[in-house]
Amino acid sequence: MLRVLKSESLPIRSSEDVVIVRQAVRIQAVSLGFGLVDQTKLVTASSELARNTLEYGGGGAAQIEVIQNDQRSGVRVVFEDQGPGIPDIAQALTDGYTTGVGLGLGLSGAKRLSHEFEISSKPGAGTRVSILRWK
Amino acid sequence: MERIPILKMGEYLLITLQVDMHDRLAIMLQEDLTDQIVKHRSHGVLIDISALEMVDSFIGRMLGSIASMARLLDAETVVVGMQPAVAITLVELGLSMTGVRTALDVEKGMLVLRTALSKARRNGAPGVEI
Amino acid sequence: MASSKNKLAEVIAKHEQQIATGWLERQASSMRRLSGAEQQEVTRQSREFLKAVKTAAQGDGTGDVSSPTWNPVREFLVDFSAARAKGGYSSSETASFIFSMKQPVFEALRAEIGSDSETLANETWRATELLDSLGLLTTEAFQKTREDVISRQQHELLELSTPVVQLWDGILALPLIGTLDSARTQVVMQNLLDAIVKTRSDFAIIDITGVPVVDTLVAQHLLKTVAAARLMGAECMISGIRPQIAQTIIHLGVDLSDVITKATLADAFALTLRRAGFKMVREQKDQRAAEN
Repeated sequence: MLRVLKSESLPIRSSEDVVIVRQAVRIQAVSLGFGLVDQTKLVTASSELARNTLEYGGGGAAQIEVIQNDQRSGVRVVFEDQGPGIPDIAQALTDGYTTGVGLGLGLSGAKRLSHEFEISSKPGAGTRVSILRWK
Repeated sequence: MERIPILKMGEYLLITLQVDMHDRLAIMLQEDLTDQIVKHRSHGVLIDISALEMVDSFIGRMLGSIASMARLLDAETVVVGMQPAVAITLVELGLSMTGVRTALDVEKGMLVLRTALSKARRNGAPGVEI
Repeated sequence: MASSKNKLAEVIAKHEQQIATGWLERQASSMRRLSGAEQQEVTRQSREFLKAVKTAAQGDGTGDVSSPTWNPVREFLVDFSAARAKGGYSSSETASFIFSMKQPVFEALRAEIGSDSETLANETWRATELLDSLGLLTTEAFQKTREDVISRQQHELLELSTPVVQLWDGILALPLIGTLDSARTQVVMQNLLDAIVKTRSDFAIIDITGVPVVDTLVAQHLLKTVAAARLMGAECMISGIRPQIAQTIIHLGVDLSDVITKATLADAFALTLRRAGFKMVREQKDQRAAEN
């Protein structure tokens, strides 16, 4: 049973907002007692996705949540935009890995740095990416 | 508007990254640096990232761009002071920093530059070493 | 319905002393012999707990132990179970704290309700339900503490089994023993990188003589570690490649071309010394004899 203990919503409309989102995620991770490497992984993944939201999604928002289930607690960050969407997610994930640039890199990178990763996107219907890191 | 200061350290240039970089800052840095390399005819650039608690693909690409631009201007680049947590994360992220030399700190960085430059002078082309 | 739960509260309040006495006796008989200090502690805890149960039962008629009225009781049990788990008590010794309260409570109910057998049956049932849910809570809390202790010990074991050795000025060795999974790799990387910073080393040798299996995953972990060390400005080598490992690596198609590998730690050490600019000279025996 998943409980949401805290929730914070931040806009992503400029590159300064990306910085603010990073700092907010860091604060949440620190307050939950994450180790330094775990903090860095979470903040870096968030930075990748926040940039994607800004550069490819035309701007959007990030929701930072403190999550708890029976055994452990963690931080979940959900990025949402109303942009053009991603036509082929699987392709984007592989491309990012091979070309090392663009939207796919951020996605595949964020996925590798997180314990849980979910994405839903449809051309013309925006994109929603959720990452979670347990303590 | 804030700009990242570029210090002249003997025959090398030293940049210390401290703030959370955003696009405009990165572009200005690249412009300023290329100007300074030419102005001082420097052959070595040290980028101190010991204050950065995070390096994502944007910053990684920026570092790679700086190294490439500098090389075109006959200058070698070393990135120094990466924090352990950042190094572990970068490796996990899968960002290959090939083409960017790294060293533990400024002192070791200068040693790396000296070796790279003497090799370049001997071979007539910049040594490519990771 | 609400009033009958408070019947239990009434009974506990009225017979508190007898219940406490009977309860302590039953606890003593179900456990090993306690020292004087331990006995005092148990007595204090029992009285405190009984009071908390009485108060909660008075405030809440439903007996739903998850409701806020029962918070003090639950908190007490969590702390109590954790303390018992850490103190080396067994799971049943801990749970018997609750279950040995049943008999004295039933006796008190019988003394109070006596001839009304239907009410007595209902109240006895409700008391049983209440104590059972408290007992389960105790067991869960006990379990969780035990699991926390085990996971902490596992972590400490992990740390201890990945020592970093300084072979020479600026040269580190990391002898790996056992399997290299992703959890261990994280610890290995952290230890190695911290050591590189602390000793300002330029070279690190990862010796895998003691690693029984090297498959694609293990190879990836090794490559990650090498890459991380490189980002810190240290050159990494892998030594201890056994013949079977060499065959496996080639068959799996793992690309280790970017890394210097040596069959033995000694070979790797000799190479790093040379690269670090050291030169080893062996004195001639007769020379030394002449000097002496």
